[in-house]
Amino acid sequence: MNQWNNFTKGFLRENPILVLLLGTCPTLAVTSSAINGLGMGLATTFVLFMSNIFISVVKDFVPDKVRIPAFVVVIASFVTIVDLLMQAYTPALSNQLGIFIPLIVVNCIVLGRAEAFAAKNNVFSSFIDGLGMGLGFTMALVTIGGIREMLGAGSIFGYKFISETADGILVFILAPGAFITLGFLIAILKKINKSS
Amino acid sequence: MAKRESSFKNMAMALFVITAVAGLALAFVYSVTKEPIAISQKAKINNAIKMVVPEFETISDTVVMPVEGKDSIRIHRLLKGTEKSGVAVETYTDKGFSGRFSLMVGFAPDGSISNIEVLEHKETPGLGTKMALPAFKDQFKGLKISDLPGEKLKVKKDGGSVDAITAATISSRAFCDAVNRAYETNKKGGNQ
Amino acid sequence: MEYVIILISAILVNNIVLAQFLGICPFLGVSTKTETAVGMGASVLFVMTLATIVTFLVQQYVLVPLNLAFLQTISFILIIAALVQMLEIILKKVSPSLYQALGIYLPLITTNCAVLGVAILVIKKNFNLAESVVFTVATALGFALALIIFSGIREQIALADVPKGMKGIPIALVTAGILALAFMGFAGLV
Repeated sequence: MNQWNNFTKGFLRENPILVLLLGTCPTLAVTSSAINGLGMGLATTFVLFMSNIFISVVKDFVPDKVRIPAFVVVIASFVTIVDLLMQAYTPALSNQLGIFIPLIVVNCIVLGRAEAFAAKNNVFSSFIDGLGMGLGFTMALVTIGGIREMLGAGSIFGYKFISETADGILVFILAPGAFITLGFLIAILKKINKSS
Repeated sequence: MAKRESSFKNMAMALFVITAVAGLALAFVYSVTKEPIAISQKAKINNAIKMVVPEFETISDTVVMPVEGKDSIRIHRLLKGTEKSGVAVETYTDKGFSGRFSLMVGFAPDGSISNIEVLEHKETPGLGTKMALPAFKDQFKGLKISDLPGEKLKVKKDGGSVDAITAATISSRAFCDAVNRAYETNKKGGNQ
Repeated sequence: MEYVIILISAILVNNIVLAQFLGICPFLGVSTKTETAVGMGASVLFVMTLATIVTFLVQQYVLVPLNLAFLQTISFILIIAALVQMLEIILKKVSPSLYQALGIYLPLITTNCAVLGVAILVIKKNFNLAESVVFTVATALGFALALIIFSGIREQIALADVPKGMKGIPIALVTAGILALAFMGFAGLV
């Protein structure tokens, strides 16, 4: 297996959210700012490669009929670990991301990669797949968050570049802006992937 | 690389082992993070109190006053050394544009408002969120609610003296509602 | 009166899909035809309500008394997965045509963030059991409402002249954005 290809596929060719359309709920919900997108992306990446590793380790011991519940327990455990660690050491971010941290457990990306990859490949490849997909997801989240924050609040990573008292195009940090930004970004990536 | 067959024994074993290991790992992480989580939650409250009553040093006691059904308001009585240093009340309102939001209201020993801090809210960015800015909040500093007609804060539109945020009257009204609630509950709780 | 407020708030003002971003995957995946949308809405209503009742009871009578609140995520998702399995078995027997129509989307209700999301939300909002049920039913109705409106619009869009790059999901998302904008008008209703 070409590990470089394995790693990079999650960025453009098979970007989990922009191409595979997995994980749309957290994408829309937490990208009101770039930093929230970054935090959520990294938390999801951690869960992704850790559960990929563990599922790859136990794949031969788990009978086929119970593999989904077994995978779910592994994933849910790592999500809880990330949740507890964030509550303890990054409480402000944990508060901002709120209910979407425990919701990582139903982020279709995680179970999707477990089923599609970790259940059929060795530990190292599964780790690389999880890492690449997670970072690709993070990259998409930061991009969407960045666009929405710049247009909607006139700031980037909290640093405001328009006047202190001015507002941006507010609709972008609200629900409609999330849908619209994601829609256009998916179209743009389709174009990029087609021409490459 | 043959997979185990799906016999009942194998399925039960696999699930049991995985769940047991998961449970143990989680219990371990939980025990490690319990302290830091409790500390950071306490720090959050202390920081909010510090913002509204800067001269406080310690909390002498915290009174929990039940309000309207299941809700409750926490009143922290503050000390500087051994002197009474005011009161910080965690209050809320349900009349926000996007539902409930909470404030920390600081009252000085003479009953006037020392400062107000917005704790949690979901108000509309660019409109209701402006209630957290000094441009809106500062008008409450030094106000004595006991001196107001009806002992209630009201926006100018409703005949009161509070300057509402332009195009965010609902958030402004809700803000007053929360502060009024803090004042009344504190009065009932036998304040200083 | 409280219940009416919870109802209106959950269906319109804080619509689970258009305002809270839960349940997007089935929202985008199942909304191409109105009949499947109705079937999905009904299944979600059933699973959500049952799931919330069970998870609520487990939280109150098992997790909290035994100081196991940190196992909330794991136990909730396992309960939901079990309920969906049950629903699959029941549907296969009772209505094989609906079972076929929903296809892969049925097991996907397990990963529908709306189901787990609502289960966690009622705990966070400190509702009692009755309020939780009202909230859940209302939320599911809001989900179904958004889904059905959206599928109606998408059936129309399929016949329209959409720019090539935007065909399919991109234009669907922009449409959802406009729908969300419309629903924002309900704010201030309660």
